[in-house]
Amino acid sequence: MTEAVHVIDRFMRIKHLPHIWCPGCGNGIVINALIRAIDNAKLKQEEIVVVSGIGCSGRASGYVNFCGFQPTHGRAIPFGTGIKIANPDLKVIVITGDGDCASIGGNHFIHAARRNLDLTAVVFNNSNYGMTGGQYSPTTPLGAKTTTSPYGHIENNFDICELAKAAGATYVARSTTYHINSTIRYLEKAIKHKGFSVVDVICDCPTLFGRFNKLGDVTQMMLKQKEQAIQFKKAQKMSPEDLEGKIIIGELYENTQKPEYTNAYQKIIEKAQKEEK
Amino acid sequence: MVKKIIRIMTGNDACSEAAIVAGCRFFAGYPITPASEIAEVCSQLLPKVGGKFIQMEDEIASIGAIVGASLAGVKSMTATSGPGFSLMQENLGVAAMCEIPCVVVDVMRVGPSSGIATTPSQGDFMQSRWGTHGDHPIIVLVPSTVREVYDLTVRAFNLAEKYRTPVILLSDAMIGHMSEKIEIPDKSEIEIVNRKKPTVPIKEYLPYSTDESKVPPMASFGDGYIWYTSSIIHNETGFPATAEPKIATELLDRLHEKIEDNLDDIIQVEEYFTDDADIVLIACGSVARSARSAVDKARKEGIKVGLLRPLTLWPFPEGEIKKMKKNKKLFIVCEMNRRQIYHKVKEAVEGSLPVKYINQYNGKLIKPLEMLTKIKEEI
Repeated sequence: MTEAVHVIDRFMRIKHLPHIWCPGCGNGIVINALIRAIDNAKLKQEEIVVVSGIGCSGRASGYVNFCGFQPTHGRAIPFGTGIKIANPDLKVIVITGDGDCASIGGNHFIHAARRNLDLTAVVFNNSNYGMTGGQYSPTTPLGAKTTTSPYGHIENNFDICELAKAAGATYVARSTTYHINSTIRYLEKAIKHKGFSVVDVICDCPTLFGRFNKLGDVTQMMLKQKEQAIQFKKAQKMSPEDLEGKIIIGELYENTQKPEYTNAYQKIIEKAQKEEK
Repeated sequence: MVKKIIRIMTGNDACSEAAIVAGCRFFAGYPITPASEIAEVCSQLLPKVGGKFIQMEDEIASIGAIVGASLAGVKSMTATSGPGFSLMQENLGVAAMCEIPCVVVDVMRVGPSSGIATTPSQGDFMQSRWGTHGDHPIIVLVPSTVREVYDLTVRAFNLAEKYRTPVILLSDAMIGHMSEKIEIPDKSEIEIVNRKKPTVPIKEYLPYSTDESKVPPMASFGDGYIWYTSSIIHNETGFPATAEPKIATELLDRLHEKIEDNLDDIIQVEEYFTDDADIVLIACGSVARSARSAVDKARKEGIKVGLLRPLTLWPFPEGEIKKMKKNKKLFIVCEMNRRQIYHKVKEAVEGSLPVKYINQYNGKLIKPLEMLTKIKEEI
């Protein structure tokens, strides 16, 4: 038996496969990376809780074999906040989509970042709402066609990593489903990080976004990820014009000095109990 | 000999203190008049007992966080008022659907919308029953005094744990902010109920498999059981099963039956001079205080009036009202809203006796004399 099969046997709910996602969907690649990252981080199954929102990515919490919870659209972070604060020994991983995370759940996302609560948000960023038929999301690029922007998209898009960093997240990385090894590495680092960590994974939705925007088949879309990707270090030396249409990948921000919320709260408990005596 | 502790405290303070006695160790909330003091007191008291308090970014997040904490095995509560209660409705459905015990306090103020923030109302009677979408069960308790806020807060936690359901405590701006002298019950006299835990080996645990109680044992995230729960219609494994209508029917029926099979345990009403009464006032919460006084005044004038006071509003005490209607000539439903419970009472009496109403919904309490005037008009 190879090592790979072993990870899948341990960390995937095999009997719930095949998944519901379309052929060519990037979501499977992201959960593949996630379970390998958890394995590399040497975490035990019972230490992990996966909370997901609603949408295509929402189903991922059921395919991975950990304690899991799928509550409402956009709210995985608040539910995860309660789990983490109630039991800080747990590693809580939030699986979210671009709409779930940055639109309906945008407020929760920035506030969890501001608190530097020890959660890991894995963003399955496919630039549209796949589950509901391919409407525009907060990460849909200008000009793109979706089922609700049939004449081309006129809204500016969020850069989820910049948003997270500005709000106070202490580990921020971006990768793509093409750059699978980096995705695994960043996820492992995010999971081990003590504080609010975000890994924005650019993944394809060939069935909807790809088709509406004539981006070709799955292979062509994956190759486009490769072409568009620019390493963070290299990007810093490039002009905004040169970065037009590019995806900046890499570890974008890390801060290990900022106090983490549950640690800070533990000090509050000690203080309150001391005053009591 | 148990030493009596007498204190002067507000309804909101009583709620926070009772919650901690009931075992609450997590509170998440968002500031709102007239409920904010519950959060303030929890922020002060919870860390002293090793509990946690967090002020979330809004009420949607607040109820999400308490449901999450409960999943991790910690008894939890949030408190709000009308506008925040409206925001909580979607995630309240998660607690009902996934059967996650928690307590939601709604200190009612005048609505709709921002309404009047500082004055009482009973405008959330129906929202507390039907606020979240879909057919869902709910338990709602309504206190009339500060001491009752204390007792019913403990009871709210106990019922939530026993039946694995969200329980709503409907207080109001008057009871929340009013100070009363109360005797704090000794801890040895307070019954504390904790959720039933699974005893099966970890690999055999089916999170939504039940016995005749229809309440499945609940593991906590982090205690070794690996399980899944989804707000989607699910089977006994907790996984979505939306393509099977039979499973949807069975799940929704069980969610209701675990409450409906135990009405005697859940429903509490108080009767005041009802035995020989011709006229029975039906009122709860702060309105019942006026109603009780109106009964006293009417009795002094020789008018046979009584009071039926639901402490449990939902499930609705239909059986108690049906029993009460024998030998009675008239029911008068008194509410600080535009007749929300009146229609439920009419439905319960099935036309066998007239049902009248007294309502006021402008933030002013209904005075006992106004009730007495109404009573005299009807005789």
